Amino acid sequence: MEQILANGIYLGAQYAMIALGLTLIFALMNVLNFAHGQMYVLGGFVTYTFYGQLGWPFAFALLMSCITLAVLGALIERYLFAPVIKRSSREESTMLLAAGLAFLFDAMILLLFGEKQRGVPKLVDGVFNWDFRVIMPYDRILIGALAIVSIVAFILFMQYSKTGRALRALAQDRSAAQLMGVNVDRYSMVGFALGAMLAGLVGGLLVTITGVNLGMGGPTSIQAFIMVMIGGAGVISGAIAGGIILGFLEATGLALLSQYGDITYLLIFVSLMIFLAIRPQGLMGKPWG
Amino acid sequence: MTKFVAARSGGVALFLVTLFIAVPALISASGRTDFYFTLTSVAILSIASAGVWLTFYIGRINIGQGAFALIGAYVSAILVTKAGMSFWLSLPLAGLFAALVAILIGLPILRLRGVYFAMITLVLTQVVTLTALAVPITNGAKGITSIPLPGELSIFGLTLIPDFGSLDNSRLAFYYTACLLMVLTFAGMYRLVNSRLGHLCRSMQQNEELASSIGVNIAYVRIIVFAISSFLGGIAGAMFGSIAQSVYPSSFQVADSVNFMLNCFLGGLGYVFGPMLGTLVLYFGWDLLFELGQFQLLVYSGLLILLMLVLPNGLLSLRLPQRKGTSE
Repeated sequence: MEQILANGIYLGAQYAMIALGLTLIFALMNVLNFAHGQMYVLGGFVTYTFYGQLGWPFAFALLMSCITLAVLGALIERYLFAPVIKRSSREESTMLLAAGLAFLFDAMILLLFGEKQRGVPKLVDGVFNWDFRVIMPYDRILIGALAIVSIVAFILFMQYSKTGRALRALAQDRSAAQLMGVNVDRYSMVGFALGAMLAGLVGGLLVTITGVNLGMGGPTSIQAFIMVMIGGAGVISGAIAGGIILGFLEATGLALLSQYGDITYLLIFVSLMIFLAIRPQGLMGKPWG
Repeated sequence: MTKFVAARSGGVALFLVTLFIAVPALISASGRTDFYFTLTSVAILSIASAGVWLTFYIGRINIGQGAFALIGAYVSAILVTKAGMSFWLSLPLAGLFAALVAILIGLPILRLRGVYFAMITLVLTQVVTLTALAVPITNGAKGITSIPLPGELSIFGLTLIPDFGSLDNSRLAFYYTACLLMVLTFAGMYRLVNSRLGHLCRSMQQNEELASSIGVNIAYVRIIVFAISSFLGGIAGAMFGSIAQSVYPSSFQVADSVNFMLNCFLGGLGYVFGPMLGTLVLYFGWDLLFELGQFQLLVYSGLLILLMLVLPNGLLSLRLPQRKGTSE
């Protein structure tokens, strides 16, 4: 039981970070970012290159992942999403763009890094063992703690900084924010960069544990969608709740259902559908948000 | 007006002649019989895309057509291999079963809108794949293989469709079947869009509350439309399984569902024949880029993004404005 709890917190913290980026982009631009999983994989590969291949400090590699993805996100928003949103007659057209981007990132990763599974040396060795009730490697504890710190930092940033306030205003009501003197175009770009950066950060963190490979992008996006649906699209607290709930469900499923084969996700999907039938907007979402 | 009708029926006749006479003649003249398979695939995929387009027509983004195609493929495969049923009977049954599933699932999830519906349908594709892996009747990851080719169909001793196995060119037979189904589908779609139901759909696409307040039974309309859409998906899946003679859980994946959606976007959501054009362009575009080897995906996705920047409203939005004026 303690083991499930510990695994749930660890999984939930990293999932919540992935969902945060997705929900931020959705709240600001009404764009469902299909390429979010690919951004996560890209972040992992950047950290792999700097930390695993070039042997630079892990913190620096992580910073490079964040910067690369933030710049990429800003460029994508400015030169791809903003023009399409302005000129398209239906806002769903951005989904085609996002799907195209997901393919593009896959192709870029394939050309730059190949299709092999890549891993990096462990950050810290050793396994935490509390009387055989909770067993967890130290590096997982470290990554889990870093993820929680990042989430808290993100919440504080959104709550108290000027940029954070502007972004929240933008998410609430775009035209009202503009009337209050918020530079809508600039903060859309900042928000997209921030969302992409979060994906890169969690990719960089997780590469030390699970490694990274080309095929992880699509499934990660689907997981992120599930979390956002549980919590409610476009709500920051919802993304965190969704991430933690999915983390716990997965930890419980893997512990209890492993003898029945791979049915954890099937059960999660089915219960998600039933849940959404009762509460379509998720736990904390606005109706038809 | 009569001139316009004449022009349109002329266009349809030209299309049919190209489809059923000119293309087979050209292929047999050039000897490139592999094109039969490509064109058959395009025809079948455009049937499934037509279904997706129909859900777009009521303002829902459907990324779950792969699920219904997989359901259709499995139903037909199981009926043919385990129950020994004729393929021609299993084809409509596959579609009907997919429609039934769509009604059951649609009752709760059609209440969702926008990205919520898009995400849940995307998840649905994954659910069906996982179910196919878990349930015994689908034979797990090994799938159902060596499905027999479609047999003879005859009424009162009159052979309507010959046994595909005895033909020396079953590819041509599949080509004709797929094209015929495609023509029927799009004729039906055209009829549907210009019927009373089509008007109701358009009213829902603009504003569901308003449509509901003037007496449109929106719950009923959207279930019907979703069922028709999934029926088309099931038919397409069953056809595909029959051509490949095998069905696996990975036959239709999330990527296929996304592609069905892209076909519609690319062709243009405002035009009935958009999905057909979109499927043709995307499928052939992908095949043509095969020469580029490892850069295939890069160039393909780059072109897709570029197309979106230049023509955000789809390929068919290119057609000349004055012609658009006469058709309204």
